[in-house]
Amino acid sequence: MSAKYAVGDAVTVRQAYPPGHVRTPYFIRGHQGVVQEVVGNFANPEELAYGRDGKPALTLYRVQFRQQDVWPYYDGSPKDTAIVDLYENWLEPA
Amino acid sequence: MKEHHHHDHGHHHPKQPDIEDQPITYYKVMTEALAELLVEKGVITAGELRAQMEEQNSRSPAFGAKLIARAWIDDSFKSRLIADVNAAAAELDIDAGDIPIRGVENTDDVHNIVVCTLCSCYPRSLIGLPPDWYKSRAYRSRTVREPRRVLGEFGTTLPEDVEVRVHDSTADLRFLVIPKRPDGTDGLDEVQLADLVTRDSMIGVSMAKTPA
Repeated sequence: MSAKYAVGDAVTVRQAYPPGHVRTPYFIRGHQGVVQEVVGNFANPEELAYGRDGKPALTLYRVQFRQQDVWPYYDGSPKDTAIVDLYENWLEPA
Repeated sequence: MKEHHHHDHGHHHPKQPDIEDQPITYYKVMTEALAELLVEKGVITAGELRAQMEEQNSRSPAFGAKLIARAWIDDSFKSRLIADVNAAAAELDIDAGDIPIRGVENTDDVHNIVVCTLCSCYPRSLIGLPPDWYKSRAYRSRTVREPRRVLGEFGTTLPEDVEVRVHDSTADLRFLVIPKRPDGTDGLDEVQLADLVTRDSMIGVSMAKTPA
């Protein structure tokens, strides 16, 4: 399975709230970041959590966000960032 | 020497609580029930369960510290540690386990700090079991939202022109912070350097110690 996104691509995290076991933190949904690393393929945790085989595997990315974009009242440095590990099914082209 | 006082002086001293004096929560009951069932049904043995707990408890920040000290004295090792901690650890005969770990290096421009906002993911094979604060809701929610305030509460203040980079370890990777090598350590050998590397400096809430 080839990765849909490459390092440097701008992506937006899907703003969805499905039930079940999800590894995408609430705070990052709907936000735009940049792919920092394409990690590789991993079993789908949303399936593994229910004792299934996790197939098809999902590509995992490390996506970097500017803290000022994520938090409206962020009062640290404008340089500050957060990197969140996200599976491909949660990403859309920005 | 003062004689131990007797408890006949009108007030009550609380006894040191036993493990069993803590509340028995739903999750404690479920954990015990699951463990008992797994043993009863022959999926694992009681001995295997004990050995796994012992193995987890045997891990300590000394493992991670050895890797950091080597990285400080050997740039090519540091590059390999950043790319693939598990493979670099194997070079020093340290088993970092199957979960891929990335090294994230602190520099003059970037300070890394690790959190798992969803639970308590942590590179246990290299720094042992996570401290209670790492698992607390306060650390998990605040580190990603106001990392500089959290760092400040750990006594770590960083200038504005340093990027604070929060790694949210929510999926299939774990992270080991490579702290900056402290000044004044040129004459130290690898073992002395490893003594300066603390658990907290590898989580990113503090710097490595400076030599005494």
